[in-house]
Amino acid sequence: MTSLRLLLASILLCGFAYTAGILGFARKLVPERASGSLVLDARGKPIGSRLLAQSFSSARYFHPRPSACDFNARAAAGSNLSPAHPKLAERAADLIARHAASPARPIPADLVTASGSGLDPDITTEAALYQAERVARARGLDPGLVRKAVEDVHRPLMGRFGGPRLVNVLELNLALDRISR
Amino acid sequence: MNTLSLALVFVATVAVLSWPLGRWLHWTLQPASEDSPAERLLRLVLGSGCARPGGWRNYVIALLVFNAGMAAISWLVLTWQHHLPLNPDGMGPVKPSLVFHTVVSFVTNTNLQHYSGEATFSHLSQLTLMWLQFTSAASGIAAFAALARGLSGNRNFGNFHRDTARILILFLIPLAVVWALAFSLAGVPMTLEGSASATTLEGAVQTIARGPVAAFLAIKQLGTNGGGFFGPNSTHPFENPGALANFMSLVAIPLIPMACVWTFGRILGRPSHARVVSAVMFAFLALKIVATVVPESSPASALKELPVIQSANLEGKELRLGATTGPLWAVLTTSTSNGSVGAMHGSLNPLSLLGPFAGLWLNSTFGGAGVGMINFFLFMILAVFVAGLMVGRTPEYLGRKVEAREMTLAAAAFLVHPFLILGGTALFCATSMGEATIANPGARGFSEILYEFSSAASNNGSGLEGLSDNTDAWNIATAIVMLLGRYLPIILPLAIAGSLAAKQPVALSSGTLRTDTPTFGLMVFAVILFLGALTFFPAALLGPVLEHLSL
Repeated sequence: MTSLRLLLASILLCGFAYTAGILGFARKLVPERASGSLVLDARGKPIGSRLLAQSFSSARYFHPRPSACDFNARAAAGSNLSPAHPKLAERAADLIARHAASPARPIPADLVTASGSGLDPDITTEAALYQAERVARARGLDPGLVRKAVEDVHRPLMGRFGGPRLVNVLELNLALDRISR
Repeated sequence: MNTLSLALVFVATVAVLSWPLGRWLHWTLQPASEDSPAERLLRLVLGSGCARPGGWRNYVIALLVFNAGMAAISWLVLTWQHHLPLNPDGMGPVKPSLVFHTVVSFVTNTNLQHYSGEATFSHLSQLTLMWLQFTSAASGIAAFAALARGLSGNRNFGNFHRDTARILILFLIPLAVVWALAFSLAGVPMTLEGSASATTLEGAVQTIARGPVAAFLAIKQLGTNGGGFFGPNSTHPFENPGALANFMSLVAIPLIPMACVWTFGRILGRPSHARVVSAVMFAFLALKIVATVVPESSPASALKELPVIQSANLEGKELRLGATTGPLWAVLTTSTSNGSVGAMHGSLNPLSLLGPFAGLWLNSTFGGAGVGMINFFLFMILAVFVAGLMVGRTPEYLGRKVEAREMTLAAAAFLVHPFLILGGTALFCATSMGEATIANPGARGFSEILYEFSSAASNNGSGLEGLSDNTDAWNIATAIVMLLGRYLPIILPLAIAGSLAAKQPVALSSGTLRTDTPTFGLMVFAVILFLGALTFFPAALLGPVLEHLSL
């Protein structure tokens, strides 16, 4: 009997009151983050989420890291391949060919490794600069301008506490589209 | 080695935070007054049954009944989710063996997941699982409180319902509120809306699953639960959007297990004993961190010959969390029975797996919320016994003689863990139940099976996730392992404490192994190391070590 009362009380407190409180707080203070940090276009339609990677394969855009779930944000997943798995080398070889990497121009590791979620929205600054020339050529832009776009967007990992600099790929590509359509 | 020292500084920071939290937990469990307004309100809501004191048997029965009630309610919700509200994405029925597995997994504070949350469960189901993360953590802390009271010589082990209610209201919910608010400020979604449909810049459609993640995430990390809202757990940007959320999570994971040690010392009235226990636990934690962070700084071996700029192993890791917090997380999550992941363990370098494996096998440095301290108590009983054999006298712990009955129970409780892990692994390796489900060839495949059973038995919940584990065989086998691995290591130690509490205290003598000395700490350290090593060493050789040597 006491157990039953405790079960009901805990459902009311942990299930309802707690959830409602946090929901109310988030909706009031950070409504945009609470609904998934969506990026909207001029007509208010979602383009994606600032926090989630989306697929880019055209030469005109910067490419994110490879995704083991093909950027599916309803079934996110990593590759779970062990470090010696032959598929890891096969995938890397594909990407090395796509980015035209060579021993003289080795590719940054983040561009050939899949993240745990398959939705890592960032690449390193090196990985962005590595692609800058291709993007500039595809868009007929001055490579310096594209490199500057990268440097406008990249941020240190820990904000004002520093750390390696990362580039949010969606943000960078949106900035590019503002420069040249 | 900059990253390594950062990791150790981080752990020291959490250790400092755990001290006041231990005081807070002690205040929660041992109220000064039985007749405060809060107590009267509690009696009004729960009935007079929450004021009745009792022995260890009553306590265990109440815990089991309450946990069975949790299982029944959540089973109903999960089974009928397609007919219940809060299902904006129209999630369908879930197969029975998976519902059974999931319910057992969350009730036992394991949170091993054979499903992807965003593709399987409605918001109501997810919130039900969140409720279980509160109540299962509270059950574990309550059991720990009863053990500590018994060991302090009190024959009144307390009242389970009152303890659980107080832990929830005064401890877990307030902490979870703080973390949930911080998580939502850091960008974790908190909504009851269904998925959003986005049209990407290249014109593809991306469906973005969302939900009440911030509330879920807070108790997931604090209660050593670890069940993810999304399939890839805390590598998912919605569960871990950046450095701030990552830091909050990493602090939350070991916080309550660390605090429990201080609370243990306070309930016993022996703060110096708690300091020795803590020192042993920190020593193990530091060893595991070094053993994991260092090998993980090498690149994946498959990339070594390719024109790739060589860096730390980035497969399965998120850049925004920093490449090194992945292995640090792997150690913290396995050391504390949490089981959430900040990097995919399935892609860790072979030798980096040894630290997480050691965490699962020892399961007591620091172990789960409450239950870690209970497991550590078993090792202390074994240590005083071995020390007693060495000097040829009857061992004692906290002034009471440890005799045949206690040792039989302790040995039985100790053997549960290796029996479940090694027995299960042997069965699944020898049959197609396991062999047909592995994802990686060779020694790694063996490690996948071994890890799944280690994780289930230690109520951890992480996995080498390539394994196709949503089969009836896996669901049922690991559910049984989780049940035995949860309740036997709670019941048997409480029985030992009950037996000790019934004895007359003996006076300290020169032959007593005093529990507040470095000698005691070293003794426990050695017993944990040798028993753990002897039991699981062959399995470690066949898994991670063999894989490393064959690279």
